[in-house]
Amino acid sequence: MLLIECPWCGQRDQTEFSAHGEAHIARPTETATLNDEQWGNYVFFRSNSKGLHYERWTHDFGCRRWFNAVRDTVSDQFLVTYKPGEPAPDAKQLTQQLSDATSGTAKVSGV
Amino acid sequence: MSHVNRIEGIGRIRRGRAVRFYYDGRQYFGYEGDTLASALLANGVHLTGRSFKYHRPRGIFTAGSEEPNAIVQLESGAYTEPNTRVTQVELYEGLRANSQNCWPSVKYDIGAVNSLLSRFLPAGFYYKTFMWPASMWMTYEHFIRNAAGLGKSPEQKDPDRYEQLHAHCDVLVAGGGPAGLSAALAAAKTGASVIIMDEQSEMGGSLLASDETVDGVTAAQWLKTTLETLGTYDNVTVVPRCTVTGYFDYNYLTAAERVTDHLGIGNGGYSPRQRFWKIRAKRVVIAAGAIERPLLFKDNDRPGVMLANAVRTYIRRYCVLPAKSVCVFTNNDSAYDTAIAVHEAGGAVTVVDTRQSASAVSVKRARDVGITVYHGYAVSNVIGSRAIRRVEIRRLSDDAQSLVGDPVTVNAQVIANGGGWNPVVNLFSQSRGKLRFESGIQAFVPDKAVAINPSVSAGSCAGVYDTAQCLATGAEAGEIAARAAASDPKPSVPMPQLTKALAADAVNGRDFYVVPANTGAAEGLLQKWNDRGYSKHFHDLQNDVTVADIHLAATEGYRSVEHLKRYTTTGMGTDQGKTSNVNALSIMAGIQQTDIPSVGTTTFRPPYTPVTFGAITGQNRGELFLQARKTPMHAWHELNNAVFEDVGDWKRPWYFPRHGETMHQAVDREALATRQSVGMVDASTLGKIDIQGADAAWFLNMVYTNAWLKLPVGHCRYGLMLNEHGMVFDDGVTTRLGENHFHMTTTTGGAARVMAWLEEWLQTEWPEREVYCTSVTEQWAVAAINGPNARALLESLTDEDLSDESFPHMSYKSMKVAGLDARVFRISFTGELSFEINVSARHGLALWEALIDAGKAFDLTVYGTETMHVLRAEKGFIIVGQDTDGTVTPFDLGMSWIVNKNKPDFLGKRSLSRTHTAASGRRQLVGLLTDDPDTVLPEGAHLVEGHVRRVPAVTQGHVTSSYMSPNAKRSIAMGLVTNGLDRLGESLTAQLMDGQMIGVTLVKPDFLSIDKSPETKPEKGQ
Repeated sequence: MLLIECPWCGQRDQTEFSAHGEAHIARPTETATLNDEQWGNYVFFRSNSKGLHYERWTHDFGCRRWFNAVRDTVSDQFLVTYKPGEPAPDAKQLTQQLSDATSGTAKVSGV
Repeated sequence: MSHVNRIEGIGRIRRGRAVRFYYDGRQYFGYEGDTLASALLANGVHLTGRSFKYHRPRGIFTAGSEEPNAIVQLESGAYTEPNTRVTQVELYEGLRANSQNCWPSVKYDIGAVNSLLSRFLPAGFYYKTFMWPASMWMTYEHFIRNAAGLGKSPEQKDPDRYEQLHAHCDVLVAGGGPAGLSAALAAAKTGASVIIMDEQSEMGGSLLASDETVDGVTAAQWLKTTLETLGTYDNVTVVPRCTVTGYFDYNYLTAAERVTDHLGIGNGGYSPRQRFWKIRAKRVVIAAGAIERPLLFKDNDRPGVMLANAVRTYIRRYCVLPAKSVCVFTNNDSAYDTAIAVHEAGGAVTVVDTRQSASAVSVKRARDVGITVYHGYAVSNVIGSRAIRRVEIRRLSDDAQSLVGDPVTVNAQVIANGGGWNPVVNLFSQSRGKLRFESGIQAFVPDKAVAINPSVSAGSCAGVYDTAQCLATGAEAGEIAARAAASDPKPSVPMPQLTKALAADAVNGRDFYVVPANTGAAEGLLQKWNDRGYSKHFHDLQNDVTVADIHLAATEGYRSVEHLKRYTTTGMGTDQGKTSNVNALSIMAGIQQTDIPSVGTTTFRPPYTPVTFGAITGQNRGELFLQARKTPMHAWHELNNAVFEDVGDWKRPWYFPRHGETMHQAVDREALATRQSVGMVDASTLGKIDIQGADAAWFLNMVYTNAWLKLPVGHCRYGLMLNEHGMVFDDGVTTRLGENHFHMTTTTGGAARVMAWLEEWLQTEWPEREVYCTSVTEQWAVAAINGPNARALLESLTDEDLSDESFPHMSYKSMKVAGLDARVFRISFTGELSFEINVSARHGLALWEALIDAGKAFDLTVYGTETMHVLRAEKGFIIVGQDTDGTVTPFDLGMSWIVNKNKPDFLGKRSLSRTHTAASGRRQLVGLLTDDPDTVLPEGAHLVEGHVRRVPAVTQGHVTSSYMSPNAKRSIAMGLVTNGLDRLGESLTAQLMDGQMIGVTLVKPDFLSIDKSPETKPEKGQ
């Protein structure tokens, strides 16, 4: 049972949330000009990454707001959550943080 | 009272308090503080059941929750509970238990014939024998289910109460033995909030049966003092009878507390029977202890074969000496404590040690008191079936691979069997911690944890067996956990495990698991199956799996530990292999000539011990499981004989039968009356969303397929919503109340989904747009009146001009209706003249009753959802989710008119022109008329070409809606048919499961030949 930090409400139980797949996929603006492949990439294709995953969540049984999170799909560890519109956190830095954590070299740090 | 095995002493029982109980119908007595197991043993009862597969006599094997054998059916009727472990059942007055898996009685069991047939019932037997031919499976299954049942589940509703409890703490300590108690104390001293739980009736774990000196005092005294000290801390919660059953992510743990089980049926007062804890702990100290590992020898399943520590526990905790003569069979030092306990209790004891020599303190102590010790020997034979009469032992060869020399007879009725210890790593493993095999103690211990589940293991579950070391590691773990919880509440780094030296010398066991078979019998088919005499070495007592079975599995290629488990069923059942798993691995390792870690372990899964479904459900039963949503008019519906149907969470009137009408008769009457005069339906459940803001019209233009920018104020428009795949997702009528103010309606079931969909786009994609959505479904009560007299009815309750000129179709007016402020929409879901009257929810019932009153002059008929469906289908109006299924575009519905191709964009637009979506061959919605007008097609029926039944047949589509229409005076249906819109007039056949072939003709879905009303499809009014 995950413990998720809503950027507005703080830590809450997973049962209050729902997940909505990969984040930072902007809807194309000039949709009429796209060919099938370009449109198909937007509608159907996702990175399905092992490791860091930028994803969207809603706090349904709370503030009902959307937000983004970076979660390690291997360990289910949430590295950071942030409001929509805020820039995606740097993957390299997060990867380092994750590998420090796994190897035990990192000092305790609050994310 | 015949306590043949009860001995002097105090232990933890209360001798002044005798308790009467019944086992297999016979009355016995025990004492308060006894478990059912200790009371049975005190009364000389060893035989407690028959085994699962071979129906061999079985007895009490352990003294704890790991019990594989002695499981009974507790109580009867609604209170009955199968598979309760006698070792966990606390005795209460009048307790009734019955043995399971035997008929007619545990002593004379007919299924025991299976034992004679055991060579035909090897591992994988069910798979091999019963899977072919497939047509016979139903017969086999019936046989197997009857033969193989473990207990009977209750057939009546559970009369007990249960509750769930959510708890938060800094440190959760799982296990209340020496390590757990000192961890709780150390954590408490830092001020941390601590919860400590233990599965037993009282805290103390191994200390409850210990004669050791702990911190300079007796174990009992230390326990008393420590519990008193813990009691002085407000920040500590001590919960006995509570098993931590599951360890989930982010330190979310579940625990099952048996609150009043021990009081007996009906004696729990206001307390629940059980309480299910859901705990979020900042840190966890796992102090779950260790389970003794049995040695495997021929006929090691006989009643009287017990774990060494269990014998010790019965003697010291319950004052029960299971037999006057005991044979202790071991490969390590710890079982010598049991020998001493038997000796001190006045029993005769013989130690059989597989090691050539041993020199530990406990070994010397045993020799000093005169206990006979056979070194380098093993139990080779157990004489007796329902009870042990005597034991034969033989010398082991130097390599311990065979037995040599003549058997020596030992007089013993109990074999106290100890082959080392398995740390209880279940919780740690559930937390996704990695295990490490420690060869010194021949056991898996916790190694590496994951960051999100910070826990520290202490005491014997970490491979530390010495009591002083348990106290020390416990205290260290408790302090570390408490400090970490305070400094780093959101852990990002895995917690390191303690690095105390493992007390390998306390065990000093040689790597010995299985006693070699007595003989090297002649090779042959049967011998191959039996693998030269290992077919009675049971390593999994509950599932009747033998050493030979593992040999067979290996021979047949089931070598992976996961395959081994499933093929032989080892480690399954109510005990989940607590006493058998590591032995199974050792046998497989031996066969493969590798080491145990190379074989690996299966995954430990929650729950640790079985949990009653009632406890998991807690108070969430009946109404509290799913609260019904009721409209403001619900009370009227109930009074007027409505039959309800569930639509989402709503209770909606389905139909209103009068004077014993059938559903069919009621719906006919309601549907006819509506088109003849006027009908009324409660439409309050429709999803309603209030949309405001400067960009509201722009937003609707994006989420609907048609044009919204120029909709005049006061007008309504029907809209289809698509997802980005271009598939229909919801529909409804939306009304412009003001320049920047809209009232959207959605399907009843889709309201929440649509609201979430709108919010998603507004919050994530178009946050700069000024649009505000508010769900107002529950704020408005809606009465929809339909039919030629609808206008007259409404006129009788309002002064407003309702003429076509003043109040045209697809428009809206605010007015007083029956003196109530109302929003009236002239929209129609029946094709009739129709008004949907919305009033504030609290006035809903008043409006409804006013309409009923006024409606008497017009023969107003109230109808339910079934008639609503018939009426809409007569006009070919769709229901999203019934006539569509997420694969249907507006074009597939024949609704190309609603797709505005001139709009630059709307959600899903680009997908409609995707090559695949735009291709022909799609399923399209058409009307279906059966050749026989009295035949109503079943919804879901498939349509095929031709009239000859074929299996398999190529489907041309299926029926989505089907009714008997009283207005069309025939059956009507709609369906999705391949290229259906181009095939109107063609015939197909509905091929039914029961063999019927029903001819149908494809038509336009408008089934009323004469349109009696001036209204047309609402869409076309735009």
